[in-house]
Amino acid sequence: MASSFNLVALQTIWIKECTRFLRIWIQTLVPPAITMTLYFVIFGSIVGERIGEMGGRPYMEFIVPGLIMMSVITNSYSNVASSFFSAKFQRNIEEMLVAPVSTTVIIIGYIGGGLARALIVAVIVTLVSFLFVDNVQIHNAGILVLTVVLTSTLFSLAGLINGIHAKTFDDISIVPTFILTPLTYLGGVFFSISLLPGIWSTVAQANPVLYMVNAFRYGFLGISDVALSTSLSVIIGFNIVFFALAYILLERGVGIRS
Amino acid sequence: MKALSIRGLSKVYKGGVEALKSIDLDVEEGDFFALLGPNGAGKSTTIGIIASLINKTEGEVKVFGYDLDTQLVELKRQIGLVPQEFNFNQFETVRQIVVNQAGYYGVHRSLANERAEKYLKQLGLWDKRNEPARSLSGGMKRRLMIARALLHQPKLLILDEPTAGVDIELRRSMWGYLEDINREGITIILTTHYLEEAESLCRNVAIIDNGVIIKNTSIKRLLTTLNMETFVLDIEPAEGEELGEIDLGEFNWRQADEQSIEVDVQKSQGLNKVFEQLSKQGVKVLSMRNKANRLEELFVDLVEQGRQPKQKQTGS
Repeated sequence: MASSFNLVALQTIWIKECTRFLRIWIQTLVPPAITMTLYFVIFGSIVGERIGEMGGRPYMEFIVPGLIMMSVITNSYSNVASSFFSAKFQRNIEEMLVAPVSTTVIIIGYIGGGLARALIVAVIVTLVSFLFVDNVQIHNAGILVLTVVLTSTLFSLAGLINGIHAKTFDDISIVPTFILTPLTYLGGVFFSISLLPGIWSTVAQANPVLYMVNAFRYGFLGISDVALSTSLSVIIGFNIVFFALAYILLERGVGIRS
Repeated sequence: MKALSIRGLSKVYKGGVEALKSIDLDVEEGDFFALLGPNGAGKSTTIGIIASLINKTEGEVKVFGYDLDTQLVELKRQIGLVPQEFNFNQFETVRQIVVNQAGYYGVHRSLANERAEKYLKQLGLWDKRNEPARSLSGGMKRRLMIARALLHQPKLLILDEPTAGVDIELRRSMWGYLEDINREGITIILTTHYLEEAESLCRNVAIIDNGVIIKNTSIKRLLTTLNMETFVLDIEPAEGEELGEIDLGEFNWRQADEQSIEVDVQKSQGLNKVFEQLSKQGVKVLSMRNKANRLEELFVDLVEQGRQPKQKQTGS
C-alpha cells in the first residue's frame, strides 16, 4: 500500500518535472546543442588541429567526453535549481507539502527530472559530436552510463540544495556562475591534468568535477588521469553527503515552511 | 467523532511575533464551520499548521483522530486545502494541475483522470481542461483550487477565503456547491471576510483575534446574543402626511431618505409594535430589510470587546 502510494507520487513528480522542461524545450534542450557545437568548432576544429594529440588521442576525440559531461552537469543542476525555486516562488511547492509525499520521494522525483534532462542533453551532444569526430568508439558503456547517472544525480542534488536556500532568482545563478563554471572548466574537460605543473596538479585533484570527467572519459575512450575506482568512490561519496544534506534541509522545512 | 481537535496550540514566528496563544478548538464531523477574525488574527496560521505548511511551536492537533506529530501521513490524507492565494503552476493546464495533485496523494493516473472529469464538470471547468491556468479568470482559478483540493476525496475541506474577489453570482453558485458537498458528508472549515457568507453557510463559528479564540459557539446561539437590530423600512405615508411627522413611540428612528426610515428595535420590543404604530397612522410599509448584516455587527462588537482590556494593559 505504502510502496504503491510512493510509486504513484514519485511517478507524478517525475512526469511533472519532465513535462516542465519539455514544454520549454527551446530554453532547455536547444542551447546545449548550440553551445557544444561552438565548442567543437572552436576548440576542436580550429584550436584542436594545432594542439594535435592529448592522452594519446586526437584533441577533438579527447574533449568529446568532457563536453558531454559539462552539459550533463550544467543541465541537471539548473533543471532542479530553477524548477524547485520556481515552485517555491509560485508557492506551488505547497501542493506537495500538504500531501502525504515523503521527503525521500520529493528528492528522488526532482533527481529523476534532472536526470531525464541530463540524459536527453547527453544524447543530443553526443549526436552533435558525430558531426565532428569520425570514429566514435565506446570503451565501456556500463561505466559511461553509470558515470552519467551518478553525476547528474549529484548535480541534481546540488541544484536542489541551491533551490532550497535561494530567496531570489539571483541566488540560483550565483552558484553556476561563480562555482560550477570554474570547477567545470578546471576539471579536465579541455586538458589532461598531467600537463599541469607540480602543485597545480595536486590542487586540481581537489576538484570533484575532475573525477566525473575522467570516469566518463574512461568509459568513452578508455583513458583517465585518475584511477576509475577513485573517481567512482568520490562521486558516490558526494552523492551520499548531498542526499543527506537535502533530506535534512527539507525535513526541517528550510526555506519552505515558516 | 471530531473532525478537528486542537489543544493548546501556539505559534511564535521568528522575530517573536506570537500568532497563536494556546488556542483550543473543536470541529465536529459533518459540520460547516466558520473561522472568523480580522486580518492578522491568526486564521491563516491556524490553517497553515493544520495543513502542515507551518510548524507549530506548541500544542496538539488531531484530524479525525490522527495526530499531527505522530500520524502525519494519515492526517494529510484527510485534508483538502483551498488556500487564500493562487498557488498552482500558472503554466500547467487545468487537467495537469488536478491530476498531479491526486498523484501526490497516491491516486493512480487513470482514476485521477476520471475524478478530474467529475469535479471539473461539477465546477464548470471541463471546457477549460486543456487551457493553461494563467488564462483562467479569477473566479475560475478559485474553482480550480476547490477541484484540486477535492480530487483525493478528503473528509475535511479547509477553505481560506475561497470567494475573495469573486462576483456575486459566482459566489452564490460556489455556496451552493459547498452546501452540496457538505450534505454529502465532507466537513468544511471556512474562513471568510464576507460575514453574510458565514451566516448563510455555517452552523458553528469561532472568532479569533490577536491569536486568541474569543468566541466559539453555534451561529444561531451567537445571533441570539444580538440585543438590537436596525431595520430599514421603505414606506408610503398617509395622504397629506409628511414622513417626518410619523410617531413611533418608544422606538428610536430616523429618516434615511425621502421614502425610507431606519428603526432601532430592541430584542425585547419585537417588530409587531412598529407595524401597529405605522398602521394606525395609515402608513403603508412597502418593504423592509436589515440595515447591516447581523453577524457583522456581532463580529465588530466581539472584536472590540476583546481588545479593550488589552488596550488598557498597554496603556498602563
